[in-house]
Amino acid sequence: MGMDFQENAAGFRNGRSAFSPITSFDVSRQRVGTAGQVDLADASGLERGTRMALIAAREALAQAGLAGGAMPMIVGTSAAAMPIGEDYYRAAVSGGDTRRAQLRRVETYQAQHQMTGMARLLRVDGRIRIISNACASGANAIGQAFHLVRSGRADCVLAGGYDALCQLVFAGFDTLQALSPSGIPRPFDAARDGLALGEGAGFVVVESAESAKNRRARVIAAITGYGAATDIHHLTQPHPEGDAALVTMRAACAMAGIFPEQIDYINSHGTGTPLNDVAEGNAIRRWAGDAVCSIKVSSTKSAIGHLLGGAGAVESVICLMTLENQFLPASLHVREVDPICAFDLVREPRTASVKRVLTNSFGFGGANATLVFEKEGLP
Amino acid sequence: MNLAITGTGAVTPAGWGVERMMQALAAAKILQPTMLERPPGGLIVSTPVLRVPGAETSAPKSPRLRRTSPISKFAAAAAMEALGEIRLARIPAGLRVGVIFTLTNGCVNYSNRFFGEVLASPALASPILFPETVFNAPSSHLSAMIGSRAPNDSLIGDASCFLTGIDLAAEWIERGEVDGCIVVAAEEIDWLSAEALRHYSRAFVPSEGAAAIYLEAADGPATLIHLPDPVPYNSRDRITAAREMREALDPADDGATLLVDGQSGVHRFDLPEIAAWRDWRGPRWSPKFVLGESMGAAAAIQVVAAVEALKSGQFAQAVVSSVGSNQQAAGLRLGK
Repeated sequence: MGMDFQENAAGFRNGRSAFSPITSFDVSRQRVGTAGQVDLADASGLERGTRMALIAAREALAQAGLAGGAMPMIVGTSAAAMPIGEDYYRAAVSGGDTRRAQLRRVETYQAQHQMTGMARLLRVDGRIRIISNACASGANAIGQAFHLVRSGRADCVLAGGYDALCQLVFAGFDTLQALSPSGIPRPFDAARDGLALGEGAGFVVVESAESAKNRRARVIAAITGYGAATDIHHLTQPHPEGDAALVTMRAACAMAGIFPEQIDYINSHGTGTPLNDVAEGNAIRRWAGDAVCSIKVSSTKSAIGHLLGGAGAVESVICLMTLENQFLPASLHVREVDPICAFDLVREPRTASVKRVLTNSFGFGGANATLVFEKEGLP
Repeated sequence: MNLAITGTGAVTPAGWGVERMMQALAAAKILQPTMLERPPGGLIVSTPVLRVPGAETSAPKSPRLRRTSPISKFAAAAAMEALGEIRLARIPAGLRVGVIFTLTNGCVNYSNRFFGEVLASPALASPILFPETVFNAPSSHLSAMIGSRAPNDSLIGDASCFLTGIDLAAEWIERGEVDGCIVVAAEEIDWLSAEALRHYSRAFVPSEGAAAIYLEAADGPATLIHLPDPVPYNSRDRITAAREMREALDPADDGATLLVDGQSGVHRFDLPEIAAWRDWRGPRWSPKFVLGESMGAAAAIQVVAAVEALKSGQFAQAVVSSVGSNQQAAGLRLGK
């Protein structure tokens, strides 16, 4: 969709869709051949996912008026540097590369190697925590950063998530028949037939209000609520009634001290798979109760795909875009709204008064997370 | 609030259970390695490896574990041992047990197999394998097995990552999100990962297994006395980080404090830790000398060994040092 906050915001505001044929690996024998790809210049020598993370983290620090410094870094990822692992495997099987080249791959494959290198480039000096809770990783990273700041253990935390497309994961979703054969996901459509994968990164600087005030930093929004829970129904399928999602939405709103009708927009997990959207729809209905008809919901995965470990962080940043620019992004490509949508599904981008937003992230393994952001009550 | 480690579990090449591990450490002799065969050609990988012996009848059974690779079985066994039957029985009544899983490599067996199938013919690649390759699959199985909907996180990092896991568990307990927390680390080896470690040094003995603790608000012989923030390598080299961690841990070298270090026997990788603890005169254990290099599970094994040493009454305190390969130096100090 874009390489920075403004470009992405403009894309979502205009209802753009960002799917294209995959070029980074062979998909000629897959059922599906498209994804939401980032047009990334290959200049830095860094692994693809880390390059995207670096771009997003650098922008987040710049927006916060920080040139690095002493702060922890919490990062979510699901596949990490898997493309390097794939290269290692190919070379190991073929026996066609040097020990030195293989050692380089082994070392750079490791997520902590990548993130330590990124921290050096950003001049960020602090402990690094890498969370891999599948598709909730990015949201968990921001939520944990929120807790570190809230508890006073840190004034400021750099937090986010990233994932690049890679062959193993793409093929994995294809074997599960979770990918939409058309390559175009239609979250909350009655005839939705799967998700589309994407890639990207999102980062934020989470800082205490006092520290931001002392620095006279421009505050985009306050994080007011975070909930995390585990869905133990199945490794890859959510509980059909959305039990864990309900827990996280309630927990995040309770922490924020707000009721469902005070949420102006939900950026849903909304993958476009038949099972996920039903579970989330049920969770939203149960959470909102009588207010459900007025709850505005969309899935931005319809525009950029499912960014896996990066999804929760990127979608958090999209929530900040809605607060900054006072609009609601759309669930694109919907032809007939699924009856599960008791809420107001946003099918075209809308101008709106947006003060409080909520984002859901659910992952393989049952990792569920909800974050609440608020424009009100800022220092 | 005092936090203490009140349960331990382990699966190592010495066998299933903490007792077997401690017997092996007491014997202080490297276990007998085996050789891995590289499929499909039957080429012998010349790296000696230490494998976990076949599961015993007492190993946990669960529908969730039927199709899993060894890493999930190791993690489950260690975690269930640490949790114990009494706590397990209290979960349905409301005991909130968090799960934190830490790792470096993860499910290499299925990743290896699945990617091989993808390259051969994507249409025939097994949909059963792929979900198990996801880093948090073992922790997901664990929460399901114990029936806990409390928070569950998987953390990736170098060998010291287990200490980060304990730090996160302490956060959850102190915030009141959970009543207690299992922190478990596990690794499995296959020919691909064994060869990978061999690229660093032929002197490494790749190993596998799991170790787990149960942390809760309590007092006891293994109370968490000091868990300093890890020292990252972002702006320091390993030698400096290891020295700073030693200073932060500040243990008394009085003969009553046990040092459980992370030395592997490969000098150039051990050098920072050797330098940081050069003047240590008290008792010292180096579990990797016996149990091999189990990567992400290594620091967990060290912590479990330290807890067991304290429970035996031999020592007043124990300090664990883990100088990771490419992320951070970490450690903790335990005692009454």
